[in-house]
Amino acid sequence: MKLLIPEKPVGIIGYGAYIPRYRIPASEISRIWHGDSDGMPIKEKSVPGLDEDTITMSIEAARNAINRAQIDPKELRAVWIGSESHPYAVKPSGTVVAEAIGASESISAADFEFACKAGTEAVIAGMGFVGSGMGDYVLAVGMDTAQGRPGDVLEYTAAAGGAAVIIGPASNALAVIDAAYSFVTDTPDFWRRQTQKYPEHGQRFTGEPAYFHHLESSIETFFAETGTAAKDYRFAVFHQPNAKFPQKLGKEFGFTKEQFQTGLLSPMIGNTYSGAVLLGLSAILDIAEPGDKIFAAAFGSGAGSDTFSFTVTDQIRLRRSLAPSTQAYINRRTEIDYAVYARHRGKYVMN
Amino acid sequence: MEAPRHWRLKKQRYSLTGEVCPHCSAKIFPPRDVCPECGQEAKTAFQFSGKGEVFSYTTINDAPSGYQEQAPYAVALVKLNEGPIVTAQLTDLGAEPVRIGMPVEMVTRRIKDDGNERGVILYGYKFRPVIAGPR
Repeated sequence: MKLLIPEKPVGIIGYGAYIPRYRIPASEISRIWHGDSDGMPIKEKSVPGLDEDTITMSIEAARNAINRAQIDPKELRAVWIGSESHPYAVKPSGTVVAEAIGASESISAADFEFACKAGTEAVIAGMGFVGSGMGDYVLAVGMDTAQGRPGDVLEYTAAAGGAAVIIGPASNALAVIDAAYSFVTDTPDFWRRQTQKYPEHGQRFTGEPAYFHHLESSIETFFAETGTAAKDYRFAVFHQPNAKFPQKLGKEFGFTKEQFQTGLLSPMIGNTYSGAVLLGLSAILDIAEPGDKIFAAAFGSGAGSDTFSFTVTDQIRLRRSLAPSTQAYINRRTEIDYAVYARHRGKYVMN
Repeated sequence: MEAPRHWRLKKQRYSLTGEVCPHCSAKIFPPRDVCPECGQEAKTAFQFSGKGEVFSYTTINDAPSGYQEQAPYAVALVKLNEGPIVTAQLTDLGAEPVRIGMPVEMVTRRIKDDGNERGVILYGYKFRPVIAGPR
């Protein structure tokens, strides 16, 4: 069997979103570099504040997840942060996040990196940790303040945000994790070398050989091994580097707009990289009902894909109102122009 | 170098952890081990909710060393729901004007770094307008 299913059933005990309040329209980026605004990949993207980074954003999402989980943070046994924009090259983001949320010192803390699927990678590790009985609760975060080279096509979409989930025993879950699957190859579609500020991408690898091949492969295997199909799920969320790719992918597998539009946030906030699928999942959990099945498929450049199936439980009704909804963060919006954006993203040389 | 001092104070700075007086129940921030209300020993840790309101404020245009990159910014006296008044930066104001009585909540943010991208990053509490909308 290729599926990842732990010995002891596990699920999501709590979840929490975070999106910074600033937005830059794609048309404003185009105004600077191209002079027209036809064929924008998204409407606008989220931009972090001057005092925000992956650590501060993870802290807020984690606090929201703990509020919904209704557990003492000292019960956490691991704090894992998935990101491609950790503030330090060496010093785990998880150390600061764990201290800030009041976790105990008896924890495992590490940073995960797998381009855009670092967050779901931490979720899979958390399934193993809890499912093997090594600990009751694991905090897994997918969060990014993604960088795009000025003028590059990725600058339109490289956004900031993400979500945290607490993995724990299925008996206490608001959504049980039915199964997961992970598919990985060596594909050079997108990378950033050590000490480099901006990532590079191999133009011809981005679409078919990377995003579509890996997601299609993992979804096909997941469906075959679980004996499920698109019609068995009420909601679906896919990695969303733009607005087009996830919709094309969803339609290929027979998913309808009604199934994937709730989790499709990239048109409003851009590509939140490691945060994207977990944030889409958070938006779905905000409105899901007990018994609903949710399908999630992440993609990370390099490249690989993680797929999951969740079943929502009665607990969702009691817990979702214990923290701000994903939509509340989307609605909190201040538009900025390219000059302010450049300041927020550290593009001015000050010394 | 502020790192050692910041490291000692990280609990209060990251998460607004103060103290509660076991004698008169006063909530204390910053923690000082002696109750400012009744003068007796008070070492019991207390986790503040982080909710409060703006008591007074000003705007810093000419920021001190290490803070220039965030100027101009608002600094407020925030009256916490539990009683104490703390001095802190306000953040995430967007286009919202600050007003006395504005409900705010604590967030953990970057306070400063040394600007050359080599030193340790200092994180700590700030306050922002309470997020509106469904919970």
